Formats: sequence, C-alpha cells, structure tokens
Amino acid sequence: MSLEAVLKDPRVWRFGREVAPATEALPSGFADLDALLPGGGWPVGALTEILSEVEGIGALRLVLPALARLSQAERWLAWIAPPHLPYAPALAAHGVDLARVLIIGPLARPPERFWVLEQSLRAGACSAVLAWWSRVDWRGLRRLQLAAEAGQSCGLLFRPLAACRETSPAALRLVLEPSGLRTAVRIIKRRGGAIARPLILDLRVPGL
Amino acid sequence: MPTPAPLWLCLGLPALPLEALGLGEGPVACVLSTGGQDPRVLIGSRAAYLLGIAPGMRLGAAHALGHIEVHSRCGSAEQVALEALAAWCGQFTSLVSLAPPDGLLLEIGRSLALFHGLEGLVRRIRAGVSDLGYQAILASAPTPLAAIFFVRAHRAIHLTDPRHLHDALGRLPLGVLGLDEDVAEALAGLGLRDLGDCLRLPRDGLTRRFGPELLSLLDRALGRQPDPRVPFEPPARFERVLDLPHEVDDTEALQFAARRLLLELTGFLRGRGAGARRLLWRLVHRDRRESAFRLDLVEPSRDAEHLGQLLQIRLEQLALPEPVRALKLIVDEPCPLASVTLPLLPGAKERNHAQSLGFLERLRARLGGEAVRGLHLVPDHRPEAAWRFCTPGEASSSLARQRRPLWLLAEPRALVVREGQPQLRGPLELLSGRERIEAGWWDGRPIARDYFVARNPAGSRYWVFREEHHRWFVHGIFD
Repeated sequence: MSLEAVLKDPRVWRFGREVAPATEALPSGFADLDALLPGGGWPVGALTEILSEVEGIGALRLVLPALARLSQAERWLAWIAPPHLPYAPALAAHGVDLARVLIIGPLARPPERFWVLEQSLRAGACSAVLAWWSRVDWRGLRRLQLAAEAGQSCGLLFRPLAACRETSPAALRLVLEPSGLRTAVRIIKRRGGAIARPLILDLRVPGL
Repeated sequence: MPTPAPLWLCLGLPALPLEALGLGEGPVACVLSTGGQDPRVLIGSRAAYLLGIAPGMRLGAAHALGHIEVHSRCGSAEQVALEALAAWCGQFTSLVSLAPPDGLLLEIGRSLALFHGLEGLVRRIRAGVSDLGYQAILASAPTPLAAIFFVRAHRAIHLTDPRHLHDALGRLPLGVLGLDEDVAEALAGLGLRDLGDCLRLPRDGLTRRFGPELLSLLDRALGRQPDPRVPFEPPARFERVLDLPHEVDDTEALQFAARRLLLELTGFLRGRGAGARRLLWRLVHRDRRESAFRLDLVEPSRDAEHLGQLLQIRLEQLALPEPVRALKLIVDEPCPLASVTLPLLPGAKERNHAQSLGFLERLRARLGGEAVRGLHLVPDHRPEAAWRFCTPGEASSSLARQRRPLWLLAEPRALVVREGQPQLRGPLELLSGRERIEAGWWDGRPIARDYFVARNPAGSRYWVFREEHHRWFVHGIFD
C-alpha cells in the first residue's frame, strides 16, 4: 500500500489537520456537540464509546435524538443485553419508532455477547447497535470497529469510566460526568481532531 | 392445448437395502447377508466392491478379502426410505406411485413443460437423488411397466414415442419380467431369449402354456391393457429418522448428516407448496435416550441452504451430551409460503427485507426465539404494565407519555429510608412534584403510588415512588 493510499484511509488522520477525511456522520441533535464532532455528528459505520461512572446522567438521552432519526429508516435499532428494561413509553415519547427496536437478550455467556454484537454490526440490518460492555480488549474492539464499517452501522458502546485508561480503536470516545443538574461531555478521542474542550449539555427530561 | 401423453419415469434404487440402513457410502466395507444355512452376500457397499466383494459370494469368502461389517436386511427401513423418497418426488409431479421393493414411478408427462423438457427433468431428479445419498437408475416409457422393465435391465432408456415401444421392449432379456423360476425355466427351455421372442409367439399359445399372467404383463407393458397405478399420498407432516452408520460425537459430522434430512425435507415441502416454520430436531443417543432442540423461523422456508446455515449456528452452540446414533427431524405443520407475511419492517425493499430476515433468523437460531424481541406499548396506567415484549417489527399505536425514565427496573426495588428521606447511594433529593398513579383495581393488581424524579449526591436521576405508610421504591433511571 502506498503512503498516499494509507493517508486516504478514513481511519488515518494527520497531526495538525483539523478536518477529518469525510466520513458519514449522523447529527446528534445537540448542535454544540455536533460542532465538535468530525462530519457534524455521530460517526456512521464506526464504533463510538460512551464512558461514565455514574448512571442516570443522560448517557442514553444523549444518543436518543439520533436513534429517533434512525428509526425512520428501514433498519433495526439493536439493544444488546441492556442492563435494565428500555422503557417503551419513554422511547416512544422521544420519537423512537418502536417497530424498529430489537431487544436482544438475556445472553448467557460473554462469547455470546461478542458474537451477537459483531453479527449485529456487520449484518447491514441494523442502523444502530447499543451495547453495555466493560470487558472487551483492543482486539475485540478492533473487530467490532471493522464489523461496524462493513455493516454501515452506528456502534454505541456504553462502558465504565475506567475504560478510558485503555487505548481503543473506536472512532469516537466520550466521557460523561455530572455537572450540577447538567452533564459534562468530554471528547477524549475523535477522528481528525485534537481533544476538544468539555461541553456542558442539559440531558434532563424535558419539562423538569 | 391437448393433454400431454402420459410418460412414466421409473426410479430404480438397486442399493436401497444398504442405503436405507445408512450403510451405502461409509469408509467401512459393509455387506448385507442373505442369511440362512449358507449365507451369501446380498449386496455390498461401495467400499466392499472395492475389496472385490460381489453379490452372491459366500460370506466366508468375503471375510477373506478384508475387514467387512455384516448386517441383515431390514424390510421396514426400506419401505420407510422408499416412502420418504416418494414424498420428496412430489416436487416433480402430482402422481407418484410406489413400485416396491426398490422403485418409484412418476407420471411426468405433465411436468415436462415445467422442467424444460425430459432431459432437464431427468438430470434434476438424478442429481437430487444422488444428493440424498441414493444410487439410482432412471428410465422413462409411455407405460409404467415398460419403464420398470428398462430399469430392471439396467438400461437408462428414455423413450417417449409409443411407436418404438414394441421394438425397445423386444430387446430386453426375459429376466426383467420377474417371473417365477419354473416359468422362466420353461421359457428358456423353448429357446426364448428376450421379450421379442415372446412377442412373436401366438397369444393363445402363450396363455395356454404359461397362464394369463405372462400375456397380461406384456400387454400392460405395451399399453394394450390399462395399468392403473395407486397414487402415493404423502403424509401431512414430515418425520424422518436417519440412522448414523457410526456414533457421531462432533457437531460437524452431525451437520453433514443433517444436510440429507434437510434435502429430503425441502423436497417434501416443495411437493406440498409449503415451507417450514418450526423444525424439531431430536438426537438419539445410546439406550434410545433423546435430546432435542427446536429451530423457529421468522418466515417459513424450504431453502435447504438457509435452513442448513441456521442449523449450523445452533449446532455450534450445542455441547453434545453424548454421542449420537440417529438424527430425527420433525416438521409438524408445513405452512403455506406465500400467505404468511409478518409486519416485519413494513415497506422495506426486498433486499433489505431479506437481509433483515436473515439477520433475525441467525440470532434466533443461536439464541432461541425468546431472546430476540421487540417492544410494544400497552394502554395501561400502571408503569410496569404500559409495555410488553412483542414480535420484532410489530407496530405500536402512539400512546407516548412524557416524563418517563428511559430505563425501567424489572421490579421496583425498596429503598432504605433515613430520617424520612429515601436513600440510594446517599439521600435522594426530589426534583419534581408528585405524580399520582392509581390503577389496576379491576384486575386484582391495584397500585396507588406517588411518583417523583429524584437525584442522589452523585448526580444520578431516578424515578422513585412512595406507597402508603411511606414506603419508598426506585422504579426507573433517567439516563
């Protein structure tokens, strides 16, 4: 492979170049966040990691506008072994078409989870794949990243904060932390861009 | 258009006695014994023939040629195999008839147009039968008996013109008639060699000397006498056991054996214009113990390739509890292919649909149907009853309520209360006014709760409720 070919690869970015090579992106629904994301939204055909130590600060709320938009298309939103019941009335209230929602689980063993995750990302039948998984290593993530590329799927991986100490081939990594009643979003990795300043988003339920 | 002239195809299975026992192909030389005082080789497997073993040979002599396994013939197994093959043949014509012990008759006159002529049809049947593991001789003629005679003479003749029937039959040896030994000897004693010699004799002389049977056979073969055949009625359900020649303890070998059952199944289903939605597999172990698993499909299918892939996914998951001796496949209710349509991604283009379907089927094959579900809204005020799992793709009417958490806990969890304040990793601060939910008095599961949005010191937001007597519970997470 020539150097030029390597540089054209969307997975490669050159230091000092602010603008990433064009990859498809899906607007997050949060304009401030989109402004910081390469392409202006969640990377499509790639893995995004959302890391946080605290539950109930809006990790799901953060991706919901994108999920609602994706549910208008003909592919599945796959939820793989979610930690609790995704509550249908709330999803519908946020504009998610429930007919596109696929709840997969419970899953018996870790190898099962990896198989399902890889299948879902790769099959081309899912517009987004959501998974909650702490113990996955670089090689595993790399395979998932490739699967997401093959299936043109948004892979959303929710992991504990400790995972930010490990390197990851994911295209985008965010850290979420509570900030008063709002939520601080810190981008710790993005394609074609240096680490950006933290962003404070209001991820509360509307009307509170 | 005039009705096409009848044409009969005879499918002869010379090795059926071995194949019905699953012994036709294996690496070990197998023979069937004639039994009795002076047992001889009735028929041998391919491996046995490679050792130089031939039918009629004494068993002792056969043993001297190499290591062989001797089995005895099982008439009922042959009958079962023959009927299964007849059901499989239903995909080529609506008229299949058994010609025991080792043949089938197919009236294919009306099928020729559908299968692009005789040559194409014969090629297809031959390939299909071979995939199922049978050696076959195929011959066709305007009368069923003539087709049978061709097969008995081991001549793969496909003759469609009745005017040539007389000549073609005339060249067959007398053995094809399957006459009693004394009649055959009497004919040979007259110097008769082939059917042609018989046909040249005066008819009344033949009847006088050999009874009416011989003349009737010849007349039916020539089409001078009607020869109605009883149509085979395929069973309503598919149930088939495949005895494995040797115990199998790895799933790969099992997959290979299963392929044959799937091919039989798909032929059976094609004959009925149906597909399968639920495949029940049973593995038979030692002492006739069985283990079973089920493959549930989203849409009925009769695609052997697709079904095989799903089975493979399931088999990879399966730890065989013990070696398998036989494999059983049951499809209780074949269902029409066209009429079953699911609300699966309505409006999806065909390719997307196929992709989506294949994905769901693979998940279900590996995880079971219960692990792949959709979400549905239910008009109920009780939060835990306001939704249910459903078949993926089922559309919900819009009943969306605001201010509900994205996560619901499977069960409300009781909270410790300290100094009147509920605790969840620290004291909870109530962020919202109360929402009173009172419902369910009509079905015996009444609730009367005051719900709040609450926040703990770490910043996590929860959906909590207070029951009477100030008992607090957490029911959801605002994530």
